[in-house]
Amino acid sequence: MKEELFVSGRMNDLIDPSLNIWHWQIPLYLFLGGMAAGILCIAALYYIRGKEKEYYTAIRITPFLAPVLLVFGLLALFIDLRHKLYFWQLYTNIKLQSPMSWGAWTLMVVTPVSFIWCALHIKDIFPKWNWKYRWLLALETFFNKYKKVLAWVMLIYGLILGIYTGILLSAFNARPLWNTSIMGPLFLASGLSAGAAATLIMSKDNIERKQFARIDLVIIGIELFLIVHMFMGYLASTQVQVEAAEMFLGGQYTMTFWIFVVILGLLIPALLEILELRKYHIPALISPLLVIFGSLMLRFIIVYAGQVSRWLY
Amino acid sequence: MRYAMAVDTRKCVGCSDCVVACQTENNVPHGFCRDWVVEVMDGTYPQLEIEIRSERCNHCANSPCVRCCPTGASHFEEGGIVLVNKTECIGCGACIASCPYDARYPHPDGYVDKCTFCYHRIKNGMKPACVEVCPTKCMYFGDLDDANSDVSVVLKKRKYKTLIPEAGTGPQLYFLI
Amino acid sequence: MTNRREFIRISLYGAGAFAVGAGGCKVFNAPAPPEGTEKLPINLRRTPTYCEVCFWKCAGWVYKTPEGKIWKIVGNDEDQHCNGRFCPRGTGGVGMYYDQDRLKTPLIRVEDRGKQVFREATWDEALDHIAAKMKEISLKYGPESMALFTHGSGSSYFTNLFKAFGSQNISEPSYAQCRGPRDEAFIATFGEEVYSPEITDIRDTRCLVLIGSHIGENMHNGQIQEMSDAIDKGASIITVDPRFSTAAGKSKYWLPIKPSTDIALLLAWMHEIIYNEYYDKKYVEKYCSGFDKLKEHVKDFTPEWAYGITTIKPDLIRKTAKEMADASPAVIVHPGRHVTWYGDDTQRIRAIAILNALLGSWGRRGGFYRPAKYELAQVQIPAFKEPSRSWTDLFPGKYPVASSIPTNALIDGSIPENNPGYPVKGWIVNATNLLSTVPDMNNTLKAIQNLDLLVAVDTMPMEITGWADVVLPECTYLERYDALRAAPHRKPAIALRMPAAEPLNSTKPGYWIARELSKKLGLESYFPFEKQEDIIDWQLKKIGSSLEEMKTTGVKTFERDADDLYFAEDEQVEFPTDSGKIELYSPYLEQYGFDPLPKYVPHEEPSEGFYRLIYGRAPMHTFGRTSNNPNLTDLMDENKVWINPKVAKEWGLKDDQEIWLKNQDGAVTDFPVKVRITERIRWDSVYIVHGFGHTQKQMTRCFGKGASDTRLVTKVLVDPIMGGTGMRGNFVTFLTEKAEPEVAL
Repeated sequence: MKEELFVSGRMNDLIDPSLNIWHWQIPLYLFLGGMAAGILCIAALYYIRGKEKEYYTAIRITPFLAPVLLVFGLLALFIDLRHKLYFWQLYTNIKLQSPMSWGAWTLMVVTPVSFIWCALHIKDIFPKWNWKYRWLLALETFFNKYKKVLAWVMLIYGLILGIYTGILLSAFNARPLWNTSIMGPLFLASGLSAGAAATLIMSKDNIERKQFARIDLVIIGIELFLIVHMFMGYLASTQVQVEAAEMFLGGQYTMTFWIFVVILGLLIPALLEILELRKYHIPALISPLLVIFGSLMLRFIIVYAGQVSRWLY
Repeated sequence: MRYAMAVDTRKCVGCSDCVVACQTENNVPHGFCRDWVVEVMDGTYPQLEIEIRSERCNHCANSPCVRCCPTGASHFEEGGIVLVNKTECIGCGACIASCPYDARYPHPDGYVDKCTFCYHRIKNGMKPACVEVCPTKCMYFGDLDDANSDVSVVLKKRKYKTLIPEAGTGPQLYFLI
Repeated sequence: MTNRREFIRISLYGAGAFAVGAGGCKVFNAPAPPEGTEKLPINLRRTPTYCEVCFWKCAGWVYKTPEGKIWKIVGNDEDQHCNGRFCPRGTGGVGMYYDQDRLKTPLIRVEDRGKQVFREATWDEALDHIAAKMKEISLKYGPESMALFTHGSGSSYFTNLFKAFGSQNISEPSYAQCRGPRDEAFIATFGEEVYSPEITDIRDTRCLVLIGSHIGENMHNGQIQEMSDAIDKGASIITVDPRFSTAAGKSKYWLPIKPSTDIALLLAWMHEIIYNEYYDKKYVEKYCSGFDKLKEHVKDFTPEWAYGITTIKPDLIRKTAKEMADASPAVIVHPGRHVTWYGDDTQRIRAIAILNALLGSWGRRGGFYRPAKYELAQVQIPAFKEPSRSWTDLFPGKYPVASSIPTNALIDGSIPENNPGYPVKGWIVNATNLLSTVPDMNNTLKAIQNLDLLVAVDTMPMEITGWADVVLPECTYLERYDALRAAPHRKPAIALRMPAAEPLNSTKPGYWIARELSKKLGLESYFPFEKQEDIIDWQLKKIGSSLEEMKTTGVKTFERDADDLYFAEDEQVEFPTDSGKIELYSPYLEQYGFDPLPKYVPHEEPSEGFYRLIYGRAPMHTFGRTSNNPNLTDLMDENKVWINPKVAKEWGLKDDQEIWLKNQDGAVTDFPVKVRITERIRWDSVYIVHGFGHTQKQMTRCFGKGASDTRLVTKVLVDPIMGGTGMRGNFVTFLTEKAEPEVAL
């Protein structure tokens, strides 16, 4: 029999018996940020491709969610900080090797950009909106002139926002569950999927909705592919990664992951959308809501389970 | 200059003096520890083997905790010692998650804390508190770049190992076996 | 980097936040590692002391913050006991000072004994109460009816008081509950005891043989340091233990012996060493008597015979005998310290002493050295009047060889049913938790219920204080002066203890308490010096030093009078025995009707479903004394019961499962204890660390945690030679649910 134990009674709060340093604030932010990234990327992409009239909601209306999501996300991140008075230190330098530093700066770019994008379309929601001040009107004109540049900026930084959270997790090789290069693309795909789902909910145009249902279906397919390969990767890897994967293949997170994320969040929406495409009548909201729910649950489970996975003790 | 520590598992008895000395020297809050003692037992009675180790932050040469810190609070000091600058630390917890040895902990005051190799002592020519107090004198500390330092001498004489070298962090805490 | 003011500001903010956030946390957090203390003059930075956490009394320095608060404790480099390195309990001594659960004021009982309802009292009230009762008892029953149970530095003051009062019934539990048998065994053999610290020359030994002694888990500082030195020098260690102790983990040979059969092994070793002529012939011929009788006695005790009893294979017995002999005379068959196991302990240690004599280790390098003690001037006091009765009049003829008083004699003397020669009606208990120390708690409690007076002097609200009539709170060793330490060692040395802080709350030093009580009893002439530090200064001035000087060095080591650390090559040594020689065959024991040569006697074995209860120490605690120390509870706040995996499988037990232990007499542990399934323990025994299972709610950190082995030692195997209380003859079974104990308290 083999025993490995602490002789000196180590029981550091939040570290032992298993790591629990990040709570709901982090997965919530990852979800909000991911969804906002998805919304903005889709909006920017289709704007650049000139589909402003076809995908009116996606480009002009859905992005109004983004600033809200981002502000709440930033709030969640701030609440999570344990040394709040010093949060501004994040912005005194850029650490290229720290994904968290990229994230801090990316958010600094994306959040104002999302506000500006919304400001450009505010008259779609509030037709009587009046900018009042001359400098604001000047700004509006300026940004409208360079809207395409703005869209490119939004696209690039949106993609970074969508993928960096996964890269941030995958850079922690100390947490075997996160240490897979598939995490970044998986989170990006999940975020795009949630963004597309948002448009599905908000759009009233059937053509747009059909297109986005197709987009969602494709992204779900990609996500399933990524998840399968992620597990194949774990099981073919080192002992600690095999143990991490076992949490999902018979261990404590098996039920929650496969039911909430895969079945409810991916397979059922896919099924419903296929049926919808085959002209069956499905209530419009179920599918996108499940997708968004799945996206949220993915982040919660990955963040909590990842902290449990460790190398030692 | 590269500071490193060596612990002789043949002599360590697991008394945990290193833990108490560190706690009083560095005012570590109760309930937390910067260093700890691990016992590994193997075999079937009466063919048994035991290894006892005093562990702490490894002050890795390739440390993920310095790399992932968004503000630079977690940084290298002279000799490769990894320290946390309290007034730059925002308490995000990334470094805690990044340590494969789980050597860091969240200090109740908000910042992240861990073993500092008693930097406040070594810069005055003293040894870390744990090395100084160990009753079995099984701990060695010094500069690996100095061939005459305690730790260089003992690493030349004895077989040693580090913990999970495959994690690739380049730990500077050696266990003599 | 921050400057000092900002550091202090942030620290205070942090300390305040922590204090608020900690809520019900009962620990005053020691202040931050002070920046700038290096700039303070040295006499303000640190004060000398010697540790009181265990009997080793290592000398060290208490370092303070610039504000003068106690910061940390570090060893004194000049001290032979610790060589500048304190053990975890000593380093954690700051916790004893900062523990909020400490006794704070004198208490007087207002309801029935044991209900723990007290009222706070002033020192005058408390001492008046005690003096009045003592005088009453003296008038009614005689002064010998007062008994003192004591341990530690305060013993000398209270002993002085008692002898002045007219009673010599003074007992240290460390005798009959711990080292007594080995002291008598060595006195019977070599004429001398093994002292504290033990005079084992481990650092130069080539072979260290441990019979049950778990060095590394018992934190005898000097012994662990020297064992580490010995390992570096390539010494081999032989451990005889049913459990795979830490020392066994460092041993060349581990003999996993069946519990209670050690004497058989020792006799077989004697057989091997004598009949293979491994013994030190010159030494035995020159210094020992009774060799031929010994040789005849061990004729049939072959390794094969021992194998059948101990389950140790014969060739291993032979190999280890040779290993010991090859190292001779630099070999130590360690006498142990807590040796009260099975009731025949004096004989077992006699066997160990005999082995040491055969191997020629007594008085030789790597074996046992000759201790040197510094003799300080003693305070002149009036002569003590000889008491009309002593402890031997309680139960005449019992424990004839005891050179100190066994506690059990005095305890039994308080129970009328035992028909003692005279009743013991009053106890003062100083710095020892009798209820945890002395086995058979029911017996102790029965005795207590018959007392007219029970006084407990302690720093913590230990179990004994709950039964006392008067509780006197002593301040910790960090807050007082005590007599200069003058313990025997390789070189004579003295060490100073001075306070690092003022006594907290209404606590007072032991010297003050004893002296004030003496005043109430009209005996102040026996305490001519008002303060302990005046005695110290007086003693030091007599040798050309002073208190002021001693404060800067902490320790003074002197040269030996002669170069006689070991026997010289052809020295004619006169041993303090009756014959002047080392008595392998003991006429001294024979005259009292005991075996002059050790014999193996089989002991009771556990019945089906029961396992022998073995207990021991953990290096981060000192018995039950430190169970509440916040620095040490961080390391270990409860004990676990070690169970062999085969046994655990039989019972379906899981790691960390909570169970209750019930012994053969129906006693059950008060609280559940967690299971540790480990290969380190034999299948016929279970092991727990002593000192847990505290029932005092006032001790917030240790109340209700773990199992108390004392509770489970209801069968006491008393050594008839000197009264030692053997505690390893109890067997336990497991309960997965709490049951009512069949033995009522």
